[in-house]
Amino acid sequence: MNASGTGDQGRGTRGTRRETQDQGTRPDRRGEGTRRERRDAAVVPEAEFRSYYGRPIIKAPVWRYDIPAYLFTGGLAAGSALVAAGGDLTGRPALRRAGRLTTLAALSASTYFLINDLGRPERFHHMLRVAKPTSPMSVGSWILAAFGATAGPAAVSELAPLLPRRGPLGLVRRLAPSAGRVAGIGAAMIAPALATYTGVLLADTAVPSWHEAYPELPFIFAGSALASAAGAGLIAAPVEQTSPLRRLALAGAAIELAGAHSVETRLGLLSEPYTTGRAGRLLRAGRTLTALGVAGALLGRRSRVVSALSGAALLTASALTRFGIFAGGVRSAEDPKYTVGPQRNRLTGRENGRERR
Amino acid sequence: MGEQSPASAGYQQPPPRMGFFTDTSVCIGCKACEVACKEWNQVPDDGLNLLGMSFDNTGGLSANTWRHVAFIEQPRNGDTGSGMRWLMSSDVCKHCTRAACLDVCPTGALFRTEFGTVVVQEDICNGCGYCIPACPYGVIDQRRGDGRAWKCTLCYDRLKADLTPACAKACPTASIQYGPLEELRERAQARLEQLHEAGETSARLYGHDPDDGVGGAGAFFLLLDEPEVYGLPPDPVVTTRDLPAMWRRAGLAALTMAAAAVVAFLGRRP
Ligand code: SF4
Repeated sequence: MNASGTGDQGRGTRGTRRETQDQGTRPDRRGEGTRRERRDAAVVPEAEFRSYYGRPIIKAPVWRYDIPAYLFTGGLAAGSALVAAGGDLTGRPALRRAGRLTTLAALSASTYFLINDLGRPERFHHMLRVAKPTSPMSVGSWILAAFGATAGPAAVSELAPLLPRRGPLGLVRRLAPSAGRVAGIGAAMIAPALATYTGVLLADTAVPSWHEAYPELPFIFAGSALASAAGAGLIAAPVEQTSPLRRLALAGAAIELAGAHSVETRLGLLSEPYTTGRAGRLLRAGRTLTALGVAGALLGRRSRVVSALSGAALLTASALTRFGIFAGGVRSAEDPKYTVGPQRNRLTGRENGRERR
Repeated sequence: MGEQSPASAGYQQPPPRMGFFTDTSVCIGCKACEVACKEWNQVPDDGLNLLGMSFDNTGGLSANTWRHVAFIEQPRNGDTGSGMRWLMSSDVCKHCTRAACLDVCPTGALFRTEFGTVVVQEDICNGCGYCIPACPYGVIDQRRGDGRAWKCTLCYDRLKADLTPACAKACPTASIQYGPLEELRERAQARLEQLHEAGETSARLYGHDPDDGVGGAGAFFLLLDEPEVYGLPPDPVVTTRDLPAMWRRAGLAALTMAAAAVVAFLGRRP
């Protein structure tokens, strides 16, 4: 085995040339004494690549668990706003109520996660200083603000029955359902944007396995959002009203699984981070729970208990998927082979093309 | 040319675009640039590390390292001398013509100066961290304990006072050259030809081409080996190049999601 890593002082040359088998001995990122887990054999045969002492070329995101957690709660909020509007317009009050309250709870959690992840949380309002179409985070901040401005009032309108029947508050009580409906429809119209911009948020980076997955990420997140919202509804609403949720769970799962399958197989070397290690385990667990959740939702339509268990499976699956996609990207940023390999291939391809001409 | 370039960023009659040409063939690895940068910009230390990477105990660019000298020891092929060659190179923010960090910054903290450089406004940055994975070179980073993103400013304060950036000023061998970008590109081309004539065929320019994936770097290099040997990406592309396609896919996904919801609710009532 090629001598490299920390014990290799003074022999930098050999350390700059590195084969895949060699990676088990590579020191991890500076400051962390541990070695990265490398149990998984390379799935795709690779050419030898060169690097500077095996150090990453790009910086991995500094985002903590807050961001994948937000991906989940933001999707849940969006999906639940659709469930709420659907329930409202098709005369299923339990779905409307559950959808609106889940939206509000998930939206509050989202706001918390987003602010908590900032290096300077007290400056969160700087997000709305400018509107920049080149920054998916700026676009997302505005989407989230607009969503909050509609989903919030829709949820609050659910409190109307607590108001007195007479007097000025009685008037508010009578107007609340229509106001709630208008706000709820507004939220439902913004919801698909909220659920899908996050795919662009991750893809619009130099992180190799996120960037190249840009065609799939918004679909995975849209499907995952629908499935999770269906899951929340299955837990909260009586079975008589939940038939749309069962169809929604099926559709969401199908969209999500198709996207995930594509990401895991289409990207060559850049699929590897999604199928191996922590990301691979998270995504596999998510897929299993999604399948169980959908099966339970479709077969257990008469049982409140089975429905609720299926709902819990769908919610968990959605969270696992988000953490899995996140972990896969981080992994692809940490190893220079994912940055160098595809770029080298691109250069070689371009040179060959030039020669042929 | 400067007029149409995105690097001119709407300034009325800006000064010429300024940049760095780092000629690594004359770098002696003294790290004067690293030190001068730290001193002038009052950049905090990043700990005392022994990395076991030749004379490099800095590791790479970070929030607290805005110039980084890389050391590579290589066997010299077919040479009679010592049998070894040293590659030393002082890395820095590329001040890209199409800068991903600036594109994705949601607060407007990152901006384009009148000199065509890319600078973070520390009173605006809220530490969202988006610029960090967006940079194709892994330059900009979050400062622990501070929370905000930091990187080379190309000594914006010194430029405003008509002074040379600290690193270029301190470099004893003129490995780091500062000046109007156009002029630097000509100088680099001449130097490349000179080296090729002298038989140093491994010499190449990196980041000089305005048609590359980042529209050309404001800080470019003369290297003696492949970029990845120095820890540089061989073919960097600004991530926002694909952003229109990304938004189209998101739009399609959003429509699919809405349609799925409509279909689910329009289905037969139980
Ligand atoms: S090298 Fe990175 S930090 Fe510097 S301007 Fe380009 S994208 Fe921004």
